[in-house]
Amino acid sequence: MINGISINYYLMLSTVLFIIGAVGVMARRNTIILFMCIELMLNAVNLLLVAFSVLHNDASGQVFVFFIMAVAAAEVAVGLAILSMIYRNIKSIDTDLLGNLKN
Amino acid sequence: MLTALLILFPFLAALLVFFTKGNNARNMAMLFSVVEFVISMAAFFQFKNNPDSALLSFNTAWVPSLGIRLSAAIDGLSLLMVLLTTFLVPLIILSSYKNNYNTPNYFYGLILMMQMALVGVFVANDGFLFYVFWELALIPIYFICLLWGGENRSAITFKFFVYTLLGSLFMLIGLIYLYNHTNVEGLKSWAIRDLYEAGRSLTASQQSAVFWLIFIAFAIKMPIFPLHTWQPDTYVTAPTQGTMLLSGIMLKMGTFGVIKWLLPIVPLGLAKWGSTAICLSAIGVVYASIIAIQQKDFKRLIAYSSIAHVGLIAAGILAANQQGIQGAMMQMLAHGVNVIGLFFIAEILLQQTGTRDIPSLGGIRNLNANFAILFLIIVLGSVALPLTNGFVGEFLLINGIYQYNAGFAAFAGLTVILGAVYMLRGYQNIMLGEVKPSVHFGKLASTEKAVLVIICITIIAFGVYPKPLNDIAEQGTKAILQMMK
Amino acid sequence: MIKLAALIPLFPLLGFLINAFFGKKISKGLSGTIASITVLASFIVSILIFMELHASHEKQHVVNVFSWINSGSLQIPFEFLIDPLSSWFLLIITGIGFLIHVYSIGYMHDDEGFTRFFTYLNLFVFFMLLLVLGNNFLITFVGWEGVGLCSYLLIGFWFKNTAYNNAAKKAFIMNRIGDLGFLLGIILIFVTFGSISYTEVFDKAGTAETSTITAIALLLFIGAMGKSAQLPLYTWLPDAMAGPTPVSALIHAATMVTAGIFMVVRANVFYSISDVASNTVAIVGVATALFAATIGLFQNDIKKILAYSTVSQLGLMFLGLGVGAFSSSVFHVTTHAFFKALLFLGAGSVIHAMGGEQDIRKMGGLWGKIKITAITMLIGTLAISGVPGLSGFFSKDEILAHTYEHSKVLWLLGMITSMLTAFYMFRLLFLTFFGKFRGTHEQEHHLHESPFSMTVPLMILAVLSIFGGLLGLPEFWGTGNWMHHHLDPVILRKNDSVLSHETEWTLMILAVAAAAAVILFAWMVYMKNRVLPVNKEEQLKPWQRVIYNKYYVDEIYDFLIRKPLDVLSNIFHKFLDVQLIDGIVNGIGSGVKSLGSVVRLAQSGNIGFYITSMVLGVVLIILLTFLK
Repeated sequence: MINGISINYYLMLSTVLFIIGAVGVMARRNTIILFMCIELMLNAVNLLLVAFSVLHNDASGQVFVFFIMAVAAAEVAVGLAILSMIYRNIKSIDTDLLGNLKN
Repeated sequence: MLTALLILFPFLAALLVFFTKGNNARNMAMLFSVVEFVISMAAFFQFKNNPDSALLSFNTAWVPSLGIRLSAAIDGLSLLMVLLTTFLVPLIILSSYKNNYNTPNYFYGLILMMQMALVGVFVANDGFLFYVFWELALIPIYFICLLWGGENRSAITFKFFVYTLLGSLFMLIGLIYLYNHTNVEGLKSWAIRDLYEAGRSLTASQQSAVFWLIFIAFAIKMPIFPLHTWQPDTYVTAPTQGTMLLSGIMLKMGTFGVIKWLLPIVPLGLAKWGSTAICLSAIGVVYASIIAIQQKDFKRLIAYSSIAHVGLIAAGILAANQQGIQGAMMQMLAHGVNVIGLFFIAEILLQQTGTRDIPSLGGIRNLNANFAILFLIIVLGSVALPLTNGFVGEFLLINGIYQYNAGFAAFAGLTVILGAVYMLRGYQNIMLGEVKPSVHFGKLASTEKAVLVIICITIIAFGVYPKPLNDIAEQGTKAILQMMK
Repeated sequence: MIKLAALIPLFPLLGFLINAFFGKKISKGLSGTIASITVLASFIVSILIFMELHASHEKQHVVNVFSWINSGSLQIPFEFLIDPLSSWFLLIITGIGFLIHVYSIGYMHDDEGFTRFFTYLNLFVFFMLLLVLGNNFLITFVGWEGVGLCSYLLIGFWFKNTAYNNAAKKAFIMNRIGDLGFLLGIILIFVTFGSISYTEVFDKAGTAETSTITAIALLLFIGAMGKSAQLPLYTWLPDAMAGPTPVSALIHAATMVTAGIFMVVRANVFYSISDVASNTVAIVGVATALFAATIGLFQNDIKKILAYSTVSQLGLMFLGLGVGAFSSSVFHVTTHAFFKALLFLGAGSVIHAMGGEQDIRKMGGLWGKIKITAITMLIGTLAISGVPGLSGFFSKDEILAHTYEHSKVLWLLGMITSMLTAFYMFRLLFLTFFGKFRGTHEQEHHLHESPFSMTVPLMILAVLSIFGGLLGLPEFWGTGNWMHHHLDPVILRKNDSVLSHETEWTLMILAVAAAAAVILFAWMVYMKNRVLPVNKEEQLKPWQRVIYNKYYVDEIYDFLIRKPLDVLSNIFHKFLDVQLIDGIVNGIGSGVKSLGSVVRLAQSGNIGFYITSMVLGVVLIILLTFLK
């Protein structure tokens, strides 16, 4: 019980968020949207971590979240940099056009 | 102490040579390899004085949790192999003095690296350490063949590499299996004694499996029929010094491995499958000899002759009696020296005349009589004429095989005849007769002469008086046979 | 002196080393002299040792030189054995060896390989001495293979000639076939008796089973067949005439080829025990004797005739060994060494005079031109033909008498052989020295007697050929057979003559009569009727052509062994090795590769697909976990 809201709701919300993210990653081809979906999945997990952290009264879950957010931020920074390079080279950010590692 | 020095010294020398520019690398490598030979001679005399000397072994923990130790020692058999290695490497380096390789520092550095790994293989007394050196030896020779080899080298070297690596993996499985059966006060151990014990505690069918797992690795390295097909191509393609390393020393890793890392471990497996393995070896002897008869490329001829010789050695080892194993040791030494001589002859022929193709050579004896004499002595050593180094080994080998099975001995003994056929044919067609107009042959360089003369002296000296080495081989063989009981 | 036996092989070795290393720096005369003197020194030491042994009661002296090969229970010291047999052979080898060295100084004088020749010759003597001196089978084997090497080097002495080189190679390989048998025999001896020392093995010979002894004896005999040119391994010896003539005399007549006989005599106890082995020896011997003698009838090359005669005489010696007449065979070895060396050296002198011509069809009428050579050759021919009083008569007769008591059929065949021998030898003599000169005018002009260094050895050998018979006068003459007596300690199982004196006399008279008849017949054909051998093969009758072509044995061997081996080699290499075995190896490799190319389709590079399969995989794992 966290402030009267059952843990089940947190679980459901984060599951829904995660599935939206996963489906997005699978279905879409625009790299920006892929990034957003990945963020969505990360945040779904973050939500869960925080919820359980409060439930079990253990701060380490929230510490993990900080780490994840930091790593995610770094990842986005690197990712977007790569993305802009890709865009400069092939004038597109569609993943289907990136099938060939060699070129 | 000495043992550790024997391993470490070439390693440090190799690092130094790596960072040397130009042809200085060659001189330095030469110097270091001679120093290494001197160290091994020190070990030899130490061994003569006191075989159990503490100087000859070391043993410290490496990965205690897995029972891996840095444990190595020089006993009779490994001393002979170490001497062979340290004796041949300077010769191999000296034989290259006429060549101008690109980036000599890497070339000679790799040779010294190779020497370290080879010495390591011969002295290791810990299963894991042995395996590490075993694989380590493959890396320098891979690069030597790949970077300085001849035509079509990448495909051939790749095949050689994958082939031997595959064999080694079987051996690794076998060794790990043995390791899992060791039990020293509740702990596992890689020490050779413990592996021996573990092997002998297995049932006959388990031993058979281990026998084949480990034997395949050795059989590929030697190589034994029908696992030999990588060998002729690799020998022909590799640069001469690489071929010398492969045939003169590296091949002995396989035969030595069988003696030290197979026979005492699986006596029951040997009893069950020894005759099959000997049969394959004996077939290889005759098969390779017959193929050698019609070879046109002299280097390829030697490659096949090497398969024949090593087949006889393997058969003698697997016969697992005093004469067989001792003969194998003696023949390994002799073969190492002789085959290097022959490959060097092939190299000289190529450099002087521009070809190794036997039919297009002829009459070189008219142009350089001294070369003809040196060549002939090496040929005679190779056909194991009495009072050359090849004879002692071959006689003991056939003797050992005979005690196992007279039929195998008679069959494998055909090498006495066939060896003379292909060697004399080759010698005659290259050296004798009238000079072919296309053939030119000048004087030998002094380094070339030195190498050939040293080899010829060795051939005759150890044919006439093999006692110093033979005594060590005898004692070492006795120790191994004791271990097998 | 016996303690210094090691000196005997050491001298020629020293000569070999001096000539090998300094031959180019010293003059021809000096190198020839050094080579001859070293052999002479050995001869002198041999005589001293022989005398000492003769005087001593102890007939076996072992001289240890150094310890050679040790392997567990197999102990092989480098050890010499001085006993009546070896001391006798030492005399033959060094004595005749010395004469031939001296002869060679004259014969090889103009050859550019003069010092090389003496280097090889000294090496040969060294190995030959090891062969007879060894106190175990392996030392004998060392010498055995060593003389094979020298034979190889000397047959191919003129190495620019491919035919000579082929002859040399053939000799080496044929010998190696025998050597493998010998080697296996030695190993079987070790396995059976636990030692290979003569002094130990022969004492224990009675303890082994007869079948083992038979196997040992037959294996050793295979070695003897190769070295002593017996059927079916004889074909190398006629070809070996490619070498310089002194070599033919020393190696391929007097010494090396008798090594097989030496070895069988050495191991006589085995052959006495095993009837199978001794009968094999006798049959192979007589077959070779007869076979080679028939070929000798139709040869026209002076050296080839002598070569086939040597093969035939060796066969006769083996016949003697087979019927247990060991000392008679050694006796025949000795007399044969005298007269065959004489004949070869005489032939060399003829060839020398004729400027290299070897075909007797192109000779004739040389009697007056080269008197010394002709007379000595006549003595040699009389000796080999068994004319009474000369050495060959006694030794051959002794063998035939022993054969008669063993088997009448073998005796008859032996008699036929000796009749054929007399015929072709007189054919050679008549065609060479009598009648009209048939060579070119230039050759006739060039004819000259050889220098003293060549004729003196001829004369010495002629004297030996006449009086050599004194060494083994027939027992029944009451004079005592010296040779028989001398070798008595070596022959371990005696086989005493059982023939009555009357029979022996009859046999002897028969032999004399037969020889006389044949010589008369030869005289009729070649002297009276002046029959000349035809020049063209087509003029011969079919059966003559078969013999003329040596029964096509070389061609048969070529067809049955050499060609198939070459074909087999190509099949093994091109089909079995490259296609099949390597094909399988490469097949496995490319199998892995093609498997890879199938699996790699999954790695399409499509990120969406990767993620989908990842998520599906995760879902699958979760499902599987829950379903458990």
